Amino acid sequence: MKSFSWAVCVAVGLGATAAQAQKINAAGATFPAPIYQKWFGEYHTLHSGVEINYQGVGSGAGVNQLTGGTVDFAASDFPLTDEQISKLKVKALHFPTVMGAVVLTYNIPNVSTELKLSSDVVADIYLGKITKWSDARITKDNPGVKFPNDDIVVIRRTDGSGTTFVFTDFLSKVSPEWKMKVGNSASVSWPGQTLGGNGNAGVTGLVKQTPDSIGYVELGYARQNKLPYATIKNASGNWVKPTLDSVTAAAAGAANTMPADFRVSITNEKGKDAYPISTFTYMLIPAQLADAAKLKATKGFLQWMLTDGQKDCASLDYAPLPKEVVAKEMKQLALIK
Amino acid sequence: MASTAVADRPASTKIATQTGDLVARWVAFIFAALVLLIVVVLVFELWQGSQPSRAKFGWGFLTSSAWNPVTEEFGALPFIYGTVITSFVALLISIPLGVGAAVFLSEMAPAGLSNALTFMVELLAAFPSVIYGLLAFLTLVPLMRSYVEPFLKRTLGFLPFFRGPAFGVGYLTASLVLAIMTFPFIISVSRESLLAVPREQREAALALGATKWETTWHIVVPYAKLGIYGSIFLGLARALGETMAVTMVIGNAPEIHASLLSPGYSIASVIANEFAEAATGVRIASLIELGLVLFCLTIIINGIARLLIIATTSKGSKRP
Repeated sequence: MKSFSWAVCVAVGLGATAAQAQKINAAGATFPAPIYQKWFGEYHTLHSGVEINYQGVGSGAGVNQLTGGTVDFAASDFPLTDEQISKLKVKALHFPTVMGAVVLTYNIPNVSTELKLSSDVVADIYLGKITKWSDARITKDNPGVKFPNDDIVVIRRTDGSGTTFVFTDFLSKVSPEWKMKVGNSASVSWPGQTLGGNGNAGVTGLVKQTPDSIGYVELGYARQNKLPYATIKNASGNWVKPTLDSVTAAAAGAANTMPADFRVSITNEKGKDAYPISTFTYMLIPAQLADAAKLKATKGFLQWMLTDGQKDCASLDYAPLPKEVVAKEMKQLALIK
Repeated sequence: MASTAVADRPASTKIATQTGDLVARWVAFIFAALVLLIVVVLVFELWQGSQPSRAKFGWGFLTSSAWNPVTEEFGALPFIYGTVITSFVALLISIPLGVGAAVFLSEMAPAGLSNALTFMVELLAAFPSVIYGLLAFLTLVPLMRSYVEPFLKRTLGFLPFFRGPAFGVGYLTASLVLAIMTFPFIISVSRESLLAVPREQREAALALGATKWETTWHIVVPYAKLGIYGSIFLGLARALGETMAVTMVIGNAPEIHASLLSPGYSIASVIANEFAEAATGVRIASLIELGLVLFCLTIIINGIARLLIIATTSKGSKRP
């Protein structure tokens, strides 16, 4: 019986492929690319009629390709600005897909205990105002840890990236001085003396190699490479370790006040367990799809991604969406026509 | 009848050759014209693409050190500085090493050793640059930070070039990587041109009582001068445009420092790092204008170098 149903599946599958393999092209952010590849692969084995091809070219390039009309949909680590939206020929809907977070990794010789940093300390280190590990504001939060009296080497991303966008968004919220002097973007003009690394790997390499350094990388990357990372004090005054659960908690806290178009930042979110440097990553789906087959395939995939697809998150070190957000997205799904 | 047939044959062959020549001539011409066309299209595209940036910043682009994607203010100076300084220091290191090694390989080493070493040098020249960058990042950077840079600060710290904190990454490390990368080019082309010096030149010098050293230094090297200069150009071209290896070890900070130990940035690196995520018009245009700047910089530096050659060759011994 089982083998029979398999044969039917395969036959139907082959028939569908031959008849109408619906190809969909997408491009964009590199951060969610591993899970997107997994999803598109998995979805193709379930529904062989749908083939989604994804290129991880970077959020900016993905948005440009969507504006230029060379892809069916794009993926971006940050929501579109009003200016970017005005350039689109067809209005695009933001669908949060998974969540990520930025963690602060460090290399301090002879310090093996987990570092605790409050938000304003992180901002002042990156502003160049706290220059030594032995600074009273750092030692105060880490009682019993003996810090070297050495200069902090500040490391950041040099390529434009969603990671930098989220990190500077967080810094802008916790430090008015950062907001005024530097601001929030996928790449910024860094104050003070910093070293730049290309990609998560570049930053990690520099941190590992440079004693007394601190740098920021994406949570999944830090977990996979077993890097040390700091516990951060959140907006509610709790010390929160970055974990997949604490990232999901940040979005759950924001779900009620979230605007209908999902263009929202969830950094520095209040909540007992909310990790403050968390973010959504989005798929940008055109609200109108002229091609009926494409419309059906796209909606089918999104539906699956928001339900069954979310179960893949943990195995690839992404934080899944909280159910409050999934429920809202399901409503938005009906808007695609 | 027979005589006309005989007379006809060479005539027809002649026509055939002429058509062949003509076709060959045009094919060759098209290939040559293609080179020119590519350059023209390249400049045109760079010029067109950089229009928003040129309109906004004008000539100030070249003298500004701002690089702020948030306020959209861009300037090329730190990148020009980084590119020029790293290439210059790299050549400072690799020219004596490269030419010295080429002289050894062509004049002194036994043939077997010379061939074996030359093979390896050519292997080095064919290595992808990202591998050089990776090796430099993993081995050279810690060495520089822990030993070389503290040593330079202790001994030459009175000079402005060797001050400030030692990060391991910076202009000096980038220059060293570039030196290692340009050096195989210099060796391999210089060796070829040294080997091309006619045997008679050496024999004549030796017959006049010159020592081996005098022969090499006063006769062979000046004779091969043009070839050696050519090898340096090749090296320079690689150093100016090198992207991956430099970006891994230069520190990627758009700043200008006199100290070679400081982190900096180069034109090719910033284009590679920022282009993919550049979303707004002016930012993309500024990166394209940086490409235009690099193009002009290459032309200017090559031009200066060529003028230098003309000056030195007309003064010194001319190649017969």
